[in-house]
Amino acid sequence: MTDIADSATDVVDDVASADDHAPADHGHDDHGGHHTSLGLSNMKLAMWLFLGSECLLFGALISTFLLSKARFITELVAGNPRVIESIPAGLAEEFIEAGTVEPIYDIPFTSGSSFILLMSSLTMVLAHKAVSEDDDLQTKIWLGATALLGSTFMAGQVYEFTVFYREGIEYGTSLYGSAFYTLTGFHGAHVTGGILMLLSLLVLAFRGKLKSNRAETVELVGLYWHFVDIVWVLIFTIVYLIP
Amino acid sequence: MAMMEEPLALPSGTVARSRPLGAFSRPRETSGLVTWLTTVDHKKIGIMYGAAALFFLIIGGIAALMIRVQLAVPDSEFLSAEFYNQVFTMHGTVMVFLVVMPIGAAFANYLMPLQVGARDVAFPRINAFSFWVFFFGGLMLNTSWFLGGGADGGWFNYAPNNGIAFSPSNGIDFWNIGLFIAGIGSLTGSVNLITTVLNMRAPGMSLMKTPVFTWMTLVTQFLLLLAIPVLTVAQILLASDRLFGANFFNVEQGADPLLWQHLFWIFGHPEVYLMILPAFGIVSEIIPTFSRKPIFGYPFMVFSGIAIGFMGWGVWAHHMFVSGIGPLSVAAFTVATMFIAVPTGVKILNWLATMWGGKIILNTAMLFSIALVIQFTVGGLSGVSHAMAAHDTQQTDTYYIVAHFHYVLFGGAFFGFIGGMYFWWPKAFGYMLSERIGKLQFWLMVIGFNLTFGPMHILGLQGMPRRMQTYSDAHGFNFWNMAATIGSFILGFSTLMILLNAFVSYRKWVAADRPNVGADPWDARTLEWSIQSPAPDHNFDHDPVVTSLDDFWHRKYQKDENGVLRRVATGDELAQPGNGEGVHLPAPSYWPIVLAGSIPIIGYGVIYSLWLVIPGAVLMMASIYGWALEPADDLDIDDHHDDHAKELETVS
Repeated sequence: MTDIADSATDVVDDVASADDHAPADHGHDDHGGHHTSLGLSNMKLAMWLFLGSECLLFGALISTFLLSKARFITELVAGNPRVIESIPAGLAEEFIEAGTVEPIYDIPFTSGSSFILLMSSLTMVLAHKAVSEDDDLQTKIWLGATALLGSTFMAGQVYEFTVFYREGIEYGTSLYGSAFYTLTGFHGAHVTGGILMLLSLLVLAFRGKLKSNRAETVELVGLYWHFVDIVWVLIFTIVYLIP
Repeated sequence: MAMMEEPLALPSGTVARSRPLGAFSRPRETSGLVTWLTTVDHKKIGIMYGAAALFFLIIGGIAALMIRVQLAVPDSEFLSAEFYNQVFTMHGTVMVFLVVMPIGAAFANYLMPLQVGARDVAFPRINAFSFWVFFFGGLMLNTSWFLGGGADGGWFNYAPNNGIAFSPSNGIDFWNIGLFIAGIGSLTGSVNLITTVLNMRAPGMSLMKTPVFTWMTLVTQFLLLLAIPVLTVAQILLASDRLFGANFFNVEQGADPLLWQHLFWIFGHPEVYLMILPAFGIVSEIIPTFSRKPIFGYPFMVFSGIAIGFMGWGVWAHHMFVSGIGPLSVAAFTVATMFIAVPTGVKILNWLATMWGGKIILNTAMLFSIALVIQFTVGGLSGVSHAMAAHDTQQTDTYYIVAHFHYVLFGGAFFGFIGGMYFWWPKAFGYMLSERIGKLQFWLMVIGFNLTFGPMHILGLQGMPRRMQTYSDAHGFNFWNMAATIGSFILGFSTLMILLNAFVSYRKWVAADRPNVGADPWDARTLEWSIQSPAPDHNFDHDPVVTSLDDFWHRKYQKDENGVLRRVATGDELAQPGNGEGVHLPAPSYWPIVLAGSIPIIGYGVIYSLWLVIPGAVLMMASIYGWALEPADDLDIDDHHDDHAKELETVS
């Protein structure tokens, strides 16, 4: 691990020392790249395109969830014995009585973790602002806070999965279980990826390599992070709130 | 001074050699295998896409010929029913995902940056990654032949047939994971190419001055960007079902297997258009060049392409008319499908109007383009007539459908690709392909193609179902099946003649002491002809400045005082000399191929043992960090001009 970190520092040092005199010799716009046809940097355009693609990914996953949940409840209420056997008898009774899967959810708990995730978008914005202003301390604080809030949300998801599993909703046994864990799990994987990016930025910040010339990198991670948050707003509404 | 305007960096040998993660430094080789493995040059990557596609074409072609041998005579025992299922499934899968799509990517990669006057694509290393991950995904898919048999559910693998109960071998898992991996390449490639078209056009080249091929590339890549994730979701669901016991398509648990068809065709119909649009772009460059006229109705060409791109999203359920989707859906998709024929018809009309009154030069590239227009029209008509659900219900799953989509994808897309190879071969390789062999190839292909797929219309109308392993003598299918089999061998041979032609023409060129073909052998219209052939590594010596559509043409031909169009210069006089001194290029890198190589390890791990996922994931994470930490002397990271200063010092 130290090897990796050392060589990483070397590289970053090289890059940084070149940076020192590059703009003076260069006469181009100071950072974020060359002249582009749209006036938007390539990286930012690429990130927006990638997020466009992600919309279709989550769109298809959400559609799958809606269809599967509807089929599950319909078959359950209609008394399909296979579907009834796929979850514990107690839960099946509750579900049939309610006509939804709502009894399994702990809405106050998930509302809390959703609030935490949404707050991380605020800290992300503050981190971007801090790095744009070369405020090292605040950059570290807000990047760290964002990663921490994201991790708290993930801890909540792990807890929730554990509770569901103990109550008898398993991935492989019921259609509802497959749909629920796949959709929320995919979102969780996206959050985890975002946390890794934030931690990488934090390492850069602690090595003093995260200055305003890299503000766009922070902004791009922020774009991704906000996207993941917005998707959660949809998932929370569709999975948890709509009966 | 010219170089001061150049934003790009060339590895001049003065960059401090850094070794991210203590592993690979930037490679310095200038020839040999390593240059190809580590290249980030869009032209080399384009050629590799083409070569990989030809490699997979041979696999898919052998599968096709095996099908035809099996069906040549009634009650044939050449292939067992089980193996026959694998052969036609893999034939379709390989041809669609590993041949037609990558040939489109080959042309897009090679030509689009040249047509927009760019030095390279926006993210050269991601471009290399896109190629390698596609190639490794394709290889992984094909290893299934040796690991228990290929996928056997048809190329669209309908549920619940694709479940473990009906397809217990690992074939469909390889189909799933292999295409998923190749899809990662399509996704990153599409982000890259869209960014390039939108953001890296030469000064003065507004979108409406961009060549039609580049426009079609843009539309194609948008379709890929948005269609691939839907297929990805379908594959994730299927993989979860097959490998982790989920229930998405498990009817016993109340699941609706129609979900697979919807997801597959929401991807699948845009997929159809993203296979044909690159070929449309290619012939839209060839036909004006050899009709000696500008393209007729350029804005209509562009907007009909965009319209096809949009409408391609609203017609998917016409693949499902017999799936029981209900009369309202059938009616809606009937109407939408009829409408999508309109922009396609506009394109056909515009090509005809371009040729009308032109001084047509019937060389090989032009012949292939004209064949595309005719054969695609045949396939388009047999296609759009299926918008009528009653007609569709009659023909669906018969050989009539097989005839239809081969007319559009082989007679259309593939003919266009071969024409494009004849057209751009001198630009890519510096020598012309033989016209004599080319014309022979053309006529053999036309005969072989129509003899193979023409009779399938009749067989389909006679009621021969597709995917049937054999038929009995009493069915009366014998004659046309034999005809199709004979045609298929003519077609197979004539397709390979492109390789023969390349080889023979190369030998002749070398024997003649490598004469220069000139920058502009066809007196063509777009920017790629304003640089030397073969295209130099750095593409343009300086950024071309564009003032009009077909700018290069307008620099060669201008109106004199009497308003008569006269040639004022030859292409060779105007062409940039190819002096790359002081031009900075993105440096090659090992990381794209290493990162791409880590992903199939995870893929095999998912299929065989989750323990294998761990080393794969470790390698993947290490490659990502190695990549990110690699000293940036190329375009694809945000501090790309960091070592410019050193470069500038060396040069000046």
